[in-house]
Amino acid sequence: MKTTAPGALILTGYGINCDYESLTACRIAGFSARRIHLNDLLEETSMIFQSKLVVFPGGFSFGDDLGSGVAFSAKIRYSFSGLFDILMEYVEKGGLILGVCNGFQILIHLGMLPASGMKYGEKEATLAPNREGYYVDRWVYLKAERESQNVFTRGLDILKLPVRHSEGRFIPRDETILRRIERNRQVCLRYCDEDGNPTQAFPLNPNSSVNSIAGVCDPSGRVFGLMPHPEAATSFYHYPDWTKRREKLIREGASFSDAGEGALLFKNAFEFVK
Amino acid sequence: MDSTSRMSYRRIEIALKPGIEDPSSIHTAWEISSTLCLSVRAVGVVPVYTVYSGLSDEKLVDFAREVLCDPVITTFSIGSPIAITASAFSWAVEVSFKQGVTDNVGHTAEQVLSMMTGAEGCRVYRSTQYLIDADIDLDSVKRIASEVLYNDLIEEIDILSYDEFVRGGGFNVKERHYIHGYVPETKSHDLHISEKELMELSKERVLALSVRELVHFRSYFDTEEVRSRRKMVGLGQNPTDVELEVFAQTQSEHCKHKIFNATIEYKEDGKIQRIDSLFKTYIRGVTDEIAKYKGWLISVFKDNAGVIRFNEEYNLTFKVETHNSPSALDPYGGSITGIVGCDRDPAGTGVGSRIIAHTDVLCFGDPFNREKLPPKMMHPKRIMEGVIKGIEDGGNKCGIPTINGGLIFDKSYSGKPLVFCGSVGIMPEKINGKLTHRKEVLPGDIIVMVGGRIGKDGIHGATFSSEEIKETSPSQAVQIGDPITQKKMLDMLIEARDKELYRSITDNGAGGLSSSVGEMALFSGGAALELEKAPLKYPGLDPWEILLSEAQERMTLAVPAEKLESLLALASKRDVIATSVGKFTKSGFFHVTYEGETVCYLDLNFLHENIPLFLKAEWQPVNVHEHRPEINRSLSEVVLELISDLNSCSREPLIRRYDHEVGGGVMVKPLVGPLEAGPSDGGVISPLSTSHRGFVLTVGINPFFSRIDTYHMASCAVDEALRNAVVIGADPEKVAMLDNFCWPDPVYDKQKTPDGKFKLAQLVRACKGLYETARAYGTPFISGKDSMKNDYKVGKHKVSVLPTVLISAIGIIPDVRKCVTSDFKYSGDLIYLIGMTGKHMGESLYYRRYGGSSSSVSVVEPAQNLPVYKCYFSLTQQGLIVSGHDLSEGGLAVSIAESCIGGMVGAEVDLGGIPESVDLEDEEVLFSESSGRILVSVTPDNEKRFLEATAGVAVSKIGIVRDVGKLVVRSGKGKTVVSISVQELIDRYRNPLYKVMGMKRS
Repeated sequence: MKTTAPGALILTGYGINCDYESLTACRIAGFSARRIHLNDLLEETSMIFQSKLVVFPGGFSFGDDLGSGVAFSAKIRYSFSGLFDILMEYVEKGGLILGVCNGFQILIHLGMLPASGMKYGEKEATLAPNREGYYVDRWVYLKAERESQNVFTRGLDILKLPVRHSEGRFIPRDETILRRIERNRQVCLRYCDEDGNPTQAFPLNPNSSVNSIAGVCDPSGRVFGLMPHPEAATSFYHYPDWTKRREKLIREGASFSDAGEGALLFKNAFEFVK
Repeated sequence: MDSTSRMSYRRIEIALKPGIEDPSSIHTAWEISSTLCLSVRAVGVVPVYTVYSGLSDEKLVDFAREVLCDPVITTFSIGSPIAITASAFSWAVEVSFKQGVTDNVGHTAEQVLSMMTGAEGCRVYRSTQYLIDADIDLDSVKRIASEVLYNDLIEEIDILSYDEFVRGGGFNVKERHYIHGYVPETKSHDLHISEKELMELSKERVLALSVRELVHFRSYFDTEEVRSRRKMVGLGQNPTDVELEVFAQTQSEHCKHKIFNATIEYKEDGKIQRIDSLFKTYIRGVTDEIAKYKGWLISVFKDNAGVIRFNEEYNLTFKVETHNSPSALDPYGGSITGIVGCDRDPAGTGVGSRIIAHTDVLCFGDPFNREKLPPKMMHPKRIMEGVIKGIEDGGNKCGIPTINGGLIFDKSYSGKPLVFCGSVGIMPEKINGKLTHRKEVLPGDIIVMVGGRIGKDGIHGATFSSEEIKETSPSQAVQIGDPITQKKMLDMLIEARDKELYRSITDNGAGGLSSSVGEMALFSGGAALELEKAPLKYPGLDPWEILLSEAQERMTLAVPAEKLESLLALASKRDVIATSVGKFTKSGFFHVTYEGETVCYLDLNFLHENIPLFLKAEWQPVNVHEHRPEINRSLSEVVLELISDLNSCSREPLIRRYDHEVGGGVMVKPLVGPLEAGPSDGGVISPLSTSHRGFVLTVGINPFFSRIDTYHMASCAVDEALRNAVVIGADPEKVAMLDNFCWPDPVYDKQKTPDGKFKLAQLVRACKGLYETARAYGTPFISGKDSMKNDYKVGKHKVSVLPTVLISAIGIIPDVRKCVTSDFKYSGDLIYLIGMTGKHMGESLYYRRYGGSSSSVSVVEPAQNLPVYKCYFSLTQQGLIVSGHDLSEGGLAVSIAESCIGGMVGAEVDLGGIPESVDLEDEEVLFSESSGRILVSVTPDNEKRFLEATAGVAVSKIGIVRDVGKLVVRSGKGKTVVSISVQELIDRYRNPLYKVMGMKRS
């Protein structure tokens, strides 16, 4: 029944711009979802505890003016309502957080990811400007880490999603952190070739991320951030070559579903909290 | 926070840690070497923040460490230059914004600083330091600065040699003050002066008014009735500068479209025709005829954007603007304000729509130009870089997908580039039972200005764009957009709209408040505006400047008094500035006060009166010498050269820098096929998550045909836009169009424009072409724009654009799941050509490239084409078309090559399959640009059904898709004339623009 569906909050405001499709993605997965302006959330932080998933969608918060996600994370960190601590409490109680693109950048700047040393709030990595120096919108292959504890990527293997960013090059602060996130299996998505082999080669790896890292989770596996956009691949018709895929399926006489691979991440989240 | 602490300036500089590559440094070095052929070893880029605050250094260190600097990859210094430790250099150049120019990064830094510390009144200014490592002299550094690093209209520079830098400890703090104590004033002007003096006044104040118009204006003040009414509000007999400026803005070509509304005496072939307004006769004329039998036109030519029905519950709004003059002077600022400004049109239509798509069509000069540039002319490549970056930021940062566009290169665009920006919005047909496309303002409604603050930026935009570019073009006409301020504002306004917190809305574009309030006042019958209430960026603006400023990101609302409080509360909660600045009235007057004193009091009817213009036009057919080019290379090489021509090669580097997917509704993207390498004929959006209904956006443009006849130039643009829409799957009966004219000045003047009569005749011919073609197709125009002064004139140097019409089409797609893309899909599919091929070589890509000339320009036959398009549509609905692609520039050869590239698959083509080929040379069959044609592939299984369904339509079977890695074309006689590997096609098609833009191929 709809009233018992777990809730999802989609943050908006200050230049977030993937809120509508994130809302759709959550609803397709089964969540009872709604968009919420950051300032409304700051005013009434308790509403977080009524939801099971909080999404920081993609966008250009504050125009990326001081680096992507910097100003937005500062707004959360320095708010009088203590939103950062409340978010941490929510995660400890089993809540899920998903940060996509700009949302991932915000979580990185907040130090909620990767938090490999369990020191939430300490900045362990950054998402630097793409090495080729420009914004790029293209579809990439991603390999999911099977052994990761990440809730969102459970059971996934190779998938295709679009990236749309100019600052997505994951760089850890030092070697220790890199080793730790690898050992903990916090690296749950990597840029790869068609066969699933992680790669540093441009444009398969669109930003030259260290170790081909496209997404990381926290040690609990409940906070997840990624540069590619799962909410932009929730439909068969989102793929740039769907007209060819359609031909293939028709000729093979195969039936096809309307769902895209991005929807699986939201579905996993739903299965975990329902 | 200690409020008594002294305010002071501190410089904070940021540098990358050693070993971290900086893409912006690499790109800057590439630009210097590619633009100026100067060799530089390296360029370091150091962001500099100048903070004006009363904060301690300790607090500033926190600010730098937590916010300005990314501790993982950068370090910072406060009060001392970081350059010495950062990189080796011989020269340092620091670029800062001029005082008063929008500084988005500085502004955001200010906000965060105040969030962090609670300190108020802090200012942050952003500059960029370039550390150049090269063996060059000061003059070369200056050249680098002026041609690559900065634009002197909006920025200023300081240069230090390494020695000077070390000796002086880097750059000094730049203190920025606004002159306080300036008392704004309003002057009056006695217009009883000689004609020469009137003209001087018009020039000096950038009024762009003619003597006739000024005299008309003067006469208004000379009646007893006006004088006594003015006396009652405390005004003298002479107009104030505010009134003069308001009149000039209202009557500007930009706002009034004087040429399109003029009475024209048109002479062709000895016959004389009198045309009372080209707009009413042809553009509006054809729409009125079509509106009689098409029920889906909701609001056309009335509002800021055209409105059509999408489905039972939603309407679509569409507008395309140009921003040519500003882009010529400041390419980035010009184009970003172009696109972000265009968004305010659909957002300000009816009660406002939500923007969901962008388009952009750009025309530039030759990016490889090596000739010396005259003053005030920027290198086409630099213009291109800046314009593209502006379109990128304007769309991406507002979260609006750029789904379609065009790019044209021609020398005629080196004086003024053409920057067409389009925005589509969606709005519910009704909110609470009220129709949303209606505008209503009642006397007593409060005037509320929403969005950014007012500065001196953009003053005289409306009048300046109504002139050619010349040495004295005003620098204030340049503005820089802030997409985030606008995004915040438009998001808030949609919330306010749905809660019915305002009654009406319009944008602040050209002419600022003068235009927005002036136009809305027509609905209620008057307005009383209190200028001192308007929020300013800095003090010291004269009343006329506040009224005319085109500072960006502002909308004007009419708010019922009882809703005002809720509206202001919502705005404040969304961090959006909203201010009540007066009231709408029914006084019949545009009444403006400043601190209680009247500064403008003009009769609305007089202000908006049309002053009729009478113009002469004389058509002379162009004599074209018929010349077939001699080709001393194989046709394979010709095909490769044509697909790698800048006017036809892949637009991929632009497309990938524009977010073309955000919003989740884009279903056919600008790049198609497994490799995303093929071109799409348009972009498709399915805007509602609950339905598969969608719409397609396409364009038609071919200015080169103007060299022969503008009639066909315009007519072909209509056909191309419609055909592109149909090819993807739009219903040809539900396609609407927008017309954008960009013309060289067509008003005859013995000295300035001796060929004005011909240029005006070209305009008349273009309008006739649009009218007749659109009427035959049943495709109405729903909105449009004209830009009539696209000339550059400095000294003897005059560059005028080719007469250019852009047609943008929006077509309804009943079910996006049935869309068709241009890429060949599977080996074995049969290739058919729909439509007839004739000898249409005049101004074709092939002739232009190899020096051919002919008057045989492509001619549209709507009566022949429309049944074909309808038939094609029904084929797509039955799923019989596997791939579909239009034929345009480069003809059949380019179209086939593109379908191979998109599908990454080869093809075997036999030109003998085209019956018309018996009368044509091979290169004519391959490269003719006859209109109305579509290239398709169908499965062998469906061939019979395809042929039955196309009975009565000209279709020719021309080949088969083959997975042989090659495109092979045989002539009618069986000779192989083209044989190219698919990989070579892909590389030659994809690489050229990446190379021009210095980007690695993605």
